[in-house]
Amino acid sequence: MLWQTLWQALQETLIMVVASTLIAALFGLPLGLALACTSPGHILENRVISKLLGAIVNVGRSIPFIILMVAIIPFTRWLVGTSIGTTAAIVPLSIAAIPFAARLVESAIFEIDRGVIEAAQSMGSSPWQIIWKVLIPEARASLVLGLTITTVNLVGYSAMAGAIGGGGLGDLAIRFGYQRFRGDVMLQTVILLVILVQAMQMLGDWASRKLSKR
Amino acid sequence: MIHLKGISKTYSGARAVHALNNVDLQIPAGKIFGIIGSSGAGKSTLLRCINLLEVPDAGEVWVGGTRLDTLTPRELRRARQKMGMIFQHFNLLTSRTVAENIAFPLEIAGVPAKERQRKVANLLEIVGLADKAQAYPAQLSGGQKQRVGIARALANDPQVLLCDEATSALDPETTKSVLKLLQSINQRLGLTIVLITHEMPVIQEICDFVAVMENGIVQETGPVIDVFTRPQSEAARRMLRGTFAQNIPPELLHRNNNGEPHRVLKLSFVGERAHEPIISQMVQHFKVDANILFGRIDQMKDLPFGMLVIELVGPEEQLDQAVGFLESQHVELEVLV
Ligand SMILES: Nc1ncnc2c1ncn2[C@@H]1O[C@H](COP(=O)(O)OP(=O)(O)OP(=O)(O)O)[C@@H](O)[C@H]1O
Ligand SMILES: [Mg+2]
Repeated sequence: MLWQTLWQALQETLIMVVASTLIAALFGLPLGLALACTSPGHILENRVISKLLGAIVNVGRSIPFIILMVAIIPFTRWLVGTSIGTTAAIVPLSIAAIPFAARLVESAIFEIDRGVIEAAQSMGSSPWQIIWKVLIPEARASLVLGLTITTVNLVGYSAMAGAIGGGGLGDLAIRFGYQRFRGDVMLQTVILLVILVQAMQMLGDWASRKLSKR
Repeated sequence: MIHLKGISKTYSGARAVHALNNVDLQIPAGKIFGIIGSSGAGKSTLLRCINLLEVPDAGEVWVGGTRLDTLTPRELRRARQKMGMIFQHFNLLTSRTVAENIAFPLEIAGVPAKERQRKVANLLEIVGLADKAQAYPAQLSGGQKQRVGIARALANDPQVLLCDEATSALDPETTKSVLKLLQSINQRLGLTIVLITHEMPVIQEICDFVAVMENGIVQETGPVIDVFTRPQSEAARRMLRGTFAQNIPPELLHRNNNGEPHRVLKLSFVGERAHEPIISQMVQHFKVDANILFGRIDQMKDLPFGMLVIELVGPEEQLDQAVGFLESQHVELEVLV
């Protein structure tokens, strides 16, 4: 019975984390690239766009998750038809993670040696070719690390998803451990979370090392 | 081949830097053209103006009869594909193997995969790295990385190769071999090479022409042999001073020969002249004594270039005749004392 509850919670957590990580990557990568490439002195330097995107990302990152979750309920309902449950939780989780991921992508791009970009320009590459053939491949090891950090962060955020009935391990720990004084359940969930985070981090580190040829 | 007309470039900032000041430069086709100058002289800025990595504030950039600074971005990219560039720090893509790095410019130019493979194999052969095709740059030595850089720069059969301090990060041995490679490429493919350096020996090894830069101005330009033997500008003389110990110790110049009349002469010989027994002829004809104070022979590309500081001792009249004789022999002569 308890194991079944734990298993279900783990599944919910995984669904929320994996789905929102994928969505964050999908939007965060282009946003991060846009942030980096429009910055002063970069290949698509553009003051206006750079400032605008920077402001949007900063606003997104400064709203506390719990408030964001509640604030966008109408949007969530419009998008997925409901504002409670695991699926509904994916929406605020993704939205919180996009600006975070974008900043990580931006800093991964900034790590690339300017000389390499310049070499590509000297060979007549278009900005588009530089993005696809230089920036993304050269940053891939850092990007994977960024993805790992985002995922681990989302495990933390997903614990709060219980507030809108998202379920998951965090929610289980709060409901059983805190509200019903079941210390044993709390301990088990926390151990499970620790293992989960540990495994994700190790996988991410391994993949990043594998990709790095420096 | 390359013609820069009135190029100026100022970097604005807390203090505006006039990196280039109305520079005119003509670089002939098929030659190796060196640009030398101390740090901050504006060499890199000038080189980067040739392929417009740096956009000049004023002036015109002509390469192979095309004016580059008025092209659209798309046209400029096309033009750049016909100009190779190599860098002091190589700037290879770390995530690509050697072969993939060399294939990069071919991909950019839209060369089909089959053709790319063939060209890459050929280029690896030219730079002597066929066995390293699948290695990553991190696994190579500096010299090998620069060879990859050169192969990559040659991939699209450019007419011009721009080299910014291509050997400055390499040890003397490796520098020599990279310079040899550049020279053989110049001879075999007939492309124009523009190279920047702050080391005179590099100019001396492989360049046909040299431009001496200082404070954003080309102070002097001409065939290497002329600039080395008859430097016209203070900047050129300063650059040369370090290379050939031209400052003779003053004790030597002003020593007292028991009051006997003497002259100290600096002679420069170029080419065949370096082999002729001019000094011994002079000693025999004019009955003066000659002491050799200092001498050396250098190789300048493929010309021997000798320099000799001698002291002549004898009666005034004979000294004058001896000096006159040397002057008539078309040796470059400078009377120091
Ligand atoms: N992007 C830049 N912004 C501001 N100033 C610059 C910039 N690039 C170069 N400069 C300045 O322009 C001047 C010429 O620089 P440049 O790099 O052309 O010199 P250089 O002759 O290549 O020197 P070095 O031998 O050190 O490479 C220097 O005073 C330098 O500080
Ligand atoms: Mg420089």
